[in-house]
Amino acid sequence: MNATVRRLLYLGILVLYLLHNDLWLWDDPRIVLGLPIGLLYHIGFCLAATGLMILLVNYAWPSELDAEDEEQAA
Amino acid sequence: MTTIIIFCYLGLVLCIGVLSNRFFRGTGEDYFVASRSIGPFLLLMSLFGTNMTAFAILGASGEAYHTGIGVFALMPSGAALIIPTVFFFIGTRVWALGKRHNLLTQVQYFRRRWDSDGLGLLLFVVMIALLIPYLLIGVMGGGITLAQVTKGQIPQWAGGLLICLVVLTYVSFGGMRSTAWANAFQTLVFMILGGVTFFVIVDKLGGLDSALAQVAAAHPELLIKGDNISPIKLLTYTCIPLSVGMFPHLFTHWLTAKSARTFRWPLMFYPLCIAIVWIPSVLLGIFGSIDFPGLKGAAANSVLVKMIDLHAPGALAGLLAAGVFAAIMSSLDSQVLSISNMFTQDIVRHYRKGDELSEKAQVLSGRLFVIAIFAVTYVLSLVSARSIFALAVWSFTGFAALFPVVVAALFWKRSTKYGAFASVLTVAALWCYFFFQGWKIPGYTVGMTGVMPVVVILAASAVAMIVGSLLTKPPAKSTVDKFF
Repeated sequence: MNATVRRLLYLGILVLYLLHNDLWLWDDPRIVLGLPIGLLYHIGFCLAATGLMILLVNYAWPSELDAEDEEQAA
Repeated sequence: MTTIIIFCYLGLVLCIGVLSNRFFRGTGEDYFVASRSIGPFLLLMSLFGTNMTAFAILGASGEAYHTGIGVFALMPSGAALIIPTVFFFIGTRVWALGKRHNLLTQVQYFRRRWDSDGLGLLLFVVMIALLIPYLLIGVMGGGITLAQVTKGQIPQWAGGLLICLVVLTYVSFGGMRSTAWANAFQTLVFMILGGVTFFVIVDKLGGLDSALAQVAAAHPELLIKGDNISPIKLLTYTCIPLSVGMFPHLFTHWLTAKSARTFRWPLMFYPLCIAIVWIPSVLLGIFGSIDFPGLKGAAANSVLVKMIDLHAPGALAGLLAAGVFAAIMSSLDSQVLSISNMFTQDIVRHYRKGDELSEKAQVLSGRLFVIAIFAVTYVLSLVSARSIFALAVWSFTGFAALFPVVVAALFWKRSTKYGAFASVLTVAALWCYFFFQGWKIPGYTVGMTGVMPVVVILAASAVAMIVGSLLTKPPAKSTVDKFF
């Protein structure tokens, strides 16, 4: 379970990386929610990156580092 | 009034730095990595504050003035994904190795990892050379800001000197703890004041809709990526944030963490913080085209300060200029401290013959090197007239191209010191070549195709690491076992 989730989250990084290239909005001058859509998309991208990082920290954390840390402290 | 507020702010930062000196334990480890005691909030603020400099405030607005909204896609958006990813895979592991082997610097790690003094020395020289343009933008940014908000009463040279003296004082006093405290305070200041600046100026422009409508009428090309940025440039620009994997100042900050879990906050909230700082900078740079049309090249570096001066004069201008200073100083301090750390540990202490250097002498050596580095940077800032954005991108390019070195060190047991040598020398040679090409042609990309030089140097560096390692004898098992 953990390994699968971890792999999926790593895949999520790759997918997000590809989505960074918003070719479909390149020349789109629309203003959406008060902002140029090309800018709004990338603000959304930052929020998506935040979400992915929260998932990574909670479900793919390198727990061996915590174990090593506790060992050293002991 | 503006000048008084700026001086009060600088005095406050000095006080915080000097106060933290009361917690100084008098050891080299405390001076350089705060005895590895920094908690999650301070780590987030110091990692973020260190990475956001004049580049993110003045450089971003200056570049957005010319290029439009595409600047946000080029830098902060890509960085929002890549930087925390690097922290996740690289930073946490570096921290663990640092704690296990009592590491204080990046050079120390690579020297021990590949058992090579020569490699350590080469990396020291290359990294200092790459960091100088980065330091330069801070000193230049400080000078520009002060000259602008005081309407030339304080010339650029004096502003740069003032920034150097303030940072020099608090870094010398308390080392890393002082730097982390001052960074956290200043990061909060520039995030809050950045937002305030944005709302005040946008209000004066008649609101966001009205400001955007004015830009759409006069410069519609700034509201799309269009011809300002090519798709290949956007794609290849994402290599630039890899530089955080090799920045000596971030490496040092990683080592200050109290535990692996301390990294959780910086990982989760870094993308949010980056958006908070860059959105106002980019939009205000674009809005600058309404009030100050026709600025050429590096002159756009000061567009944000000009906007502040026009729309929010007096006390508010002083506060907002203080926000710009906060961004600048919160980077300068860590950069200078990490350089002095490397000089003390990797040159003075490592090559010293006879008795071990005392803790007091280590701190003194660090302080003296801080002064020397500031003197060199300050003199260079007096003769440099380059775009802040361009200077920073060249510095980032070099560090990003060194990324294969840290990846190989952490994840590839078979990598050898010769592979690392080949990689670093390839970066040095290609960086110099492309830098001189770029010096002649503003906005230079490889063969003017839109491909950023970083991609070519990074690829060559990775190939050199792989080929150099495979063609040479594997490293000794005893050395590898220490690090895996």
